[in-house]
Order: sequence, then C-alpha cells, then structure tokens
Amino acid sequence: MTTPLSARASAPTPSAAAAASAASQASSGRMQAWGTYVGLFLVLAAMVALFSFLSEYFWSTETFVTIANEIPALAVMAVGMTFVLILAGIDLSVGSVLALSAAVAAQAILVWGLNPWAAGALGLLCGLLCGAVLGSISVVWRLPTFIVSLGMLEALRGAAYLVTDSRTQYVGDAISGLAAPIAAGVSAAFVIAIVVVALGQIVLTRTVFGRYVVGIGTNEEAMRLAGIDPRPIRILVFALTGLLAGLAGLMQSARLEAADPNAGSGMELQVIAAVVIGGTSLMGGRGSVIATFFGVLIIAVLEAGLAQIGASEPAKRIITGAVIVVAVIIDTVRQRRAARRA
Amino acid sequence: MATTEAQGAGTPRVRLQQIGKAYSGTLVLEGVSLDLQAGEVMALTGENGAGKSTLSKILCGLVDPSQGQMQLDGKPFAPASRREAERLGVRMVMQELGLVATLTVAENLLLGQLPHRLGWLDHAAMRALARTQLAKIGMEHIDPDTPVSQLGIGQQQMVEIARNLQEGTRVLVLDEPTAMLTLKETEHLFTQIALLKERGVALVYVSHRLEELQRIADKVAVLRDGRLVDVRPMQGLQEHELVERMVGHAVQDNEGRPRRARGALRLSAKNLQRGAQVRGVSLSLYAGEIMGLAGLVGSGRTELVRLLFGADRAEQGEISLHAAGSPAPTQTVAPNWNSPVQAIRAGIGLVTEDRKSQGLLLSQSIRANTTLAGMHKIARGGWLQRAQESEVARHFVERLRIRSRSAEQAVSTLSGGNQQKVVFARWLHQPCDVLLLDEPTRGVDVGARADIYHEIDRMCDDGKAVLMVSSDLRELMAMCDRIGVMHDGELVAVFERGQWSDQQLLAAAFGNVDEAPSAHAAAQAATPE
Repeated sequence: MTTPLSARASAPTPSAAAAASAASQASSGRMQAWGTYVGLFLVLAAMVALFSFLSEYFWSTETFVTIANEIPALAVMAVGMTFVLILAGIDLSVGSVLALSAAVAAQAILVWGLNPWAAGALGLLCGLLCGAVLGSISVVWRLPTFIVSLGMLEALRGAAYLVTDSRTQYVGDAISGLAAPIAAGVSAAFVIAIVVVALGQIVLTRTVFGRYVVGIGTNEEAMRLAGIDPRPIRILVFALTGLLAGLAGLMQSARLEAADPNAGSGMELQVIAAVVIGGTSLMGGRGSVIATFFGVLIIAVLEAGLAQIGASEPAKRIITGAVIVVAVIIDTVRQRRAARRA
Repeated sequence: MATTEAQGAGTPRVRLQQIGKAYSGTLVLEGVSLDLQAGEVMALTGENGAGKSTLSKILCGLVDPSQGQMQLDGKPFAPASRREAERLGVRMVMQELGLVATLTVAENLLLGQLPHRLGWLDHAAMRALARTQLAKIGMEHIDPDTPVSQLGIGQQQMVEIARNLQEGTRVLVLDEPTAMLTLKETEHLFTQIALLKERGVALVYVSHRLEELQRIADKVAVLRDGRLVDVRPMQGLQEHELVERMVGHAVQDNEGRPRRARGALRLSAKNLQRGAQVRGVSLSLYAGEIMGLAGLVGSGRTELVRLLFGADRAEQGEISLHAAGSPAPTQTVAPNWNSPVQAIRAGIGLVTEDRKSQGLLLSQSIRANTTLAGMHKIARGGWLQRAQESEVARHFVERLRIRSRSAEQAVSTLSGGNQQKVVFARWLHQPCDVLLLDEPTRGVDVGARADIYHEIDRMCDDGKAVLMVSSDLRELMAMCDRIGVMHDGELVAVFERGQWSDQQLLAAAFGNVDEAPSAHAAAQAATPE
C-alpha cells in the first residue's frame, strides 16, 4: 500500500531568528503596540520628572507651550519618514526639501506677488515634486534610496540657496498666521501637526494603501506575486514625505517670518532619530505613527530640558545622541528577549 | 582532536528526560524522553508541527527547553547557545544552508579555523585541507576556490554536510539532508554516515523518506502533537504502520480514482522560451482537470510556471486565455504577461514553490495574508472594512481547517502545512480560472496534505484548470489526470492517466523518452482542432 510518504522532502524550517523576529513583530500585534506605547510614555514621563526635579521652571505651562510650538515641523516630517522607513527606505533630503519649499513660497510672495495661500500651495507642490523625483529615480533605476536622497540633500540645498539668493528672505507677517497662538498659546501649526499624526496613523492602519506599504516593506517579492505593483506605491510614499517636508518648511517660515536657506540643515537626522526611538525598524515592515510622535516628544522634551538646566551646546548634542543609541538598544534587547522566550 | 571516548555499556550518548517546550502558553513538546546511543542512527519522524524541529533545536542549543533535562555522556547538558553545543561536539546540519554565499568552498569549510600565518591567510594550506574534507564525501571534483554561490543547490548541501563532519563530533543531527541531493550524492552521504557510526557518533536523522530510513536507520522515533508516541527498531517496520502512528489513523490512498472529465480549454501556451531554462514549451490547460509537471531539479518547471504567471519575461512565445464556453481565445499575450498583476487580472493564480520567501508576509497575520490578492473586495474607497475582512479570514480558516489560535496569529508561527493553506486561501478569496501550483505540499505534514489534496479536488470540481508541479511522483500519480515531464528546459513527454508508471516518468525525467508518448503527439491530441 502506497502513501504520499515516499520521495517526500520537507521544506526548510524557518531559521530561528527570522521566525522569532517575525513572531514577535506580529500578531500579538495589538498587544505589542500597546506595550510599545506604554514603554515610550513611561520614558517620556521619567524625563519630564527628571527635568522638573533639576529645574524649577520646567514643570510649567510656558515650557509645555514652547515645546508644543517647537515640534510641528519635526512631527510632520517624522510622519512621512515613518512610512519611508516602513518601506525599508530612507530619505536624507527632507531638511533640504524643507528649505527649498520655504524659499519657493517666500519667492512667490516677495517676487511674484502671490497671496499667502497660493504661495503656501506652491511651497507644498515644490515639496511634493521633490519627493516624487526622489521616488521615481529610485524606482526606475532601482537605486538605493540612501544614495539618491543623499544626492538630493546636496542638490536641493543648493537650489534653496539659489532661490533665496543665498540670503534670508524676510517675508514679514504674511504667513506668520501659522505660528500665531490660537488657543492656550498653542499655534495653528501644532494643531495641524496633531491632525497629520492622527491621519498618518489612520492611513497606515486602516487603508489598503497603508497595508500595501507595510507589505512591501515586509516582502516585496511576495507582494508582487500577489498582484500588487510596488513601484507606484513607493513613489507615492516619497512624494507624500516631500509634501510633508514642504509643510514643515511653511511652518518654520511662519515662526521665523522668513525663509532661511539654511533651514532644516541636519534636521533629517533628528527626524530619523524620532522615528527610530518610536520603535520603527530600519529594516522595514513595521512601524507606528503614534510611536513616532512619542519619539518626537522625547526629543523635544530632551532638548527643552537640557536648555533649561543650562547644558552647553556640545553637551546637548552628546546627550541627545546617546539617548538615541540607548533607545534603540533597549528596543532591540526587548525584541530579542521576546523572541527567545516566544 | 581525539575522537569519541569509549562508553560504558549502559551510558547512552545523549539522554533526554521529560523534555518539554512551550511557546507563549502553547505546548509544542511534552514529556519527551529519549536515549541516543553511540554509533546508532535514530530516525526522527512525524508530521510538521509534531515537534521534530523544536526537538532538534533544543538538542543542538538553539532553543532552551521549558522543562526537562539532557545529559551528554552521563553529564548534564544544557547548552546556552549553538556554539557551546558545537564545542561539546553536538552539531546539526540544518535545512537552511549555513554557508556564506560570497565566500569560497574552502573558506566555508574552514570558517572559524582558517589556517594562517600571523594573521595572513595560508591559501595553500586552506586548499589542501579543503580538498581532504571534500574527498571524504566524494566531492573531490569541486574546486575549493569556487565561490559557493556558483554551486548547484545539491552540491551546496554536500559542502554544508562536509562542514559538519568534523573531528570531535559526538552527536550529529541531520535535518532532511537528502532533500536536494542526487542519488550519487546520497550514496556518498550514506557512506559517511556509516563511517560516523563506526567512529561512535550518535546520529539523529530527521526525514520523511521511508526508503532512506529503512536503509540507514537503526531505530525510529515517532513524534505526534509534541509527544513521543513510539520508539522501535527500524527492522521489519512497515510504511503504513509508521504513517498510522504519525497521523493517528489510517491514511487512504488515491490511486484507483478514474480520470476526471475534461472541460473546455482554458489556457494555451505556445513555444515559450527563456534562455536555456525554458526551451520552446507548449502546453494546454483544461477546466476541471489537473495536469502534473514532473522533472528533475533544474529541468525548468518552476521557470515555466513563472512565465505562465508573468513573474518573469519570456523571450518568445504566446499565451492565450479562453473564457468559459469560448472556443476562440479571449485574450492573447506575446511573448507573455508583463507582470503578475496582468496575469492575476486575467484570472491566473500561483502558489509559489517557496511560500516563506515568495508567498507569505511572515510577520503578518493569517487575515492579512489571506486577503492580500483581493484587497479591493474588503475595502470601500481604499478604506479597509475590518469586520468584513475578519469574516473572510474566519471563513477560510474554517473551510481549510487552518489550525491556529485565531486569524490574528502571525503566519510565521504556523506549521508548514497551515502556512500553505493560508496561501491556498488567498487564491480562493481572489478566485482564478487557472491555478498554478509549484510544489504545493513541500514541507507539509501528512494531515494537512490530505486537506490540501481535498481542496485541490474541490477547486477542480468548481471548474478551475490546475497545473501542478511536484517532485513527488506518488503525489502526481494520485492527483493528476495528465502528467507532463520536463527535461533540460523541454517538455519531453505527456502521459495520460492509466498509461504511466514510476519507471516511465523517471526515465522521461532523465531524458529517456523512447518508451514515452511524445509530448508533441500528446499535445496535438489534446488541443482542439
């Protein structure tokens, strides 16, 4: 009597690491997410407590309002970067896009005489186009986004200088409305940032697009063989990131009442740091916009706290850098421990 | 390093006592007590999900047991890592090859003990040592300086095995070692195993291939649902007895079934060509019929399937689709589809050869994987309808009997058989007229296999045209109405049900087609005038 037993081969067992990390990533997924949020909240609370203890001025409305008005640009860029990182890509050009978009908007107001809304729209369009170009080049020639965005980082910075004639362009109070306090001292920009964060999380978790982004970051080939073309989705994600960087540019200009060609310089690292502190993996396939927002808050609180206790600039940078590395270590150790236990 | 020490007659090489393992509350292994004697081959068999791989991993230090103890030569054995276990002489040859693709054969074999002079690599010594190790497994014709990525998969597996046949090995676990080996390579391996037995190494041989186990194993241990249900000498054991113990009940055999009625022509491929891998292949698929595709590894079966699905671009050829009831083609593409997106829209589905790297999103839930190809059905205007999606997932989990805690479970935690069922669910959710199956039951346990066969039958009854690539002739002969055989990129023969035998199919796979009806004649007979 014959059975299907003979001449059978069984498939490779998943390598321990891959399966384990996949298991811990996934679905006690809901529980994992809450665990991350609680952890981040505790870190944030601990930092606030520490600084309140070290400086008597920290625990006050002024401090929190200041922080709230500092973070909008960082927050909206971090939302875009979260999607990019989930795709296992990276966008180093966001700082430059910020500056270029601000410069274009300023140019529109000062030289072309457009009203602030049209100028703002133009700035956003500029950001969108920069992102689309980055996405398209990476997709069409299959280049690593690291390289392409690195090139754009330089080129777009140069373009920002070109547009502003290498000078800070004072726009006056044309677009300062964004930064003006609207309630309890908090600016419109902050409210917009919160809305963007909420929208970002909803799109990520509740739309087909969000599901596709996570899938492509997890296993692009499997997505392709399931009938989903990853290319337009990649381009769209980068275009949106560019758009959000453009929005950040407008927010910064509103605060400074000027377009500074140097704006956003080095900010891409802060943005990536915020996303990584929030627990999004650089390897792609998972992430949360809400966790990223916690990362933004942690960075902002750290910066405000260090300033209040009188830390020197070099000390601030060293400490901030150390916090980022420690955050990633803690997260990685937590993941591995969960994997070994699982 | 000295070889294994002499044993007191009573002390087993390895003693496992009440070994248990739980993952997040689920018991994967329970109360496994087993003795491995020096110089003996213990076959470890059981369905996937029975706990074989977990037990192997515990033995070689990759995973800690939740309960129980182990002893190596009478002394407590609880390795904290695989490296520690290897240092104590307990090694495992896993199915995922642990070779570094960019390094040469010699470098891989000697990784960790590269001969050097003050830090500078001694290439001559490396080559000489590598040649000795290769000669031991009969692979002396391989140049030690070849990058491993240039070797065939069977040869890579032999290099991996050679890497683990070292001095000082006390226990060697082999996980499906012959899965990708040729007959000749398998013989070399068996010779090595015999030598290891003489040297007193205790061997664990994890496999489903009964012919091999009957040749090589002294004892066989059967795991079922995490428990050890049987340990007995191999001699005199009947195959069906073994299967019954593995599954818990008698398994039925399908071969007496008559041929299914052939429906309308669905897909017609002509002269598909891609490099040297697919050379001028023509075939036709009919509704309600399963066509099998046999052939040796490397004969081009997967490559052909990928062309039919649009996963790769053909250089020449033509594919025509016929919608229900239409004698004339309703859609023709030349040379083939631009992409899988196009093929799927035309009604073709593919269950890939390697579900883990090409089929599934391992970190995602059963739910997400099931609905992946048909997201528009559970979304409105781009917004996911969560309740609807959960219902879809629940429906398929039930229909295909996917054993899981819930549809939210990550597919990476499922057994091979259940993972494969998720892939099938995907092509039921996004239905297709033509279903291409590439090794659909590879790595799938006996129980799940029966469920999958049942589902394929059902899909056929619903009118799908099915093409099934498989390396298991038994499976093909049980399930298919026609079997095509590929050899070296060409479709060399097509056999009708009732007119085939193991020998004929194998002969055709090796290129001897004298006895077989020619593919050309069969294809002519098959296509409607």
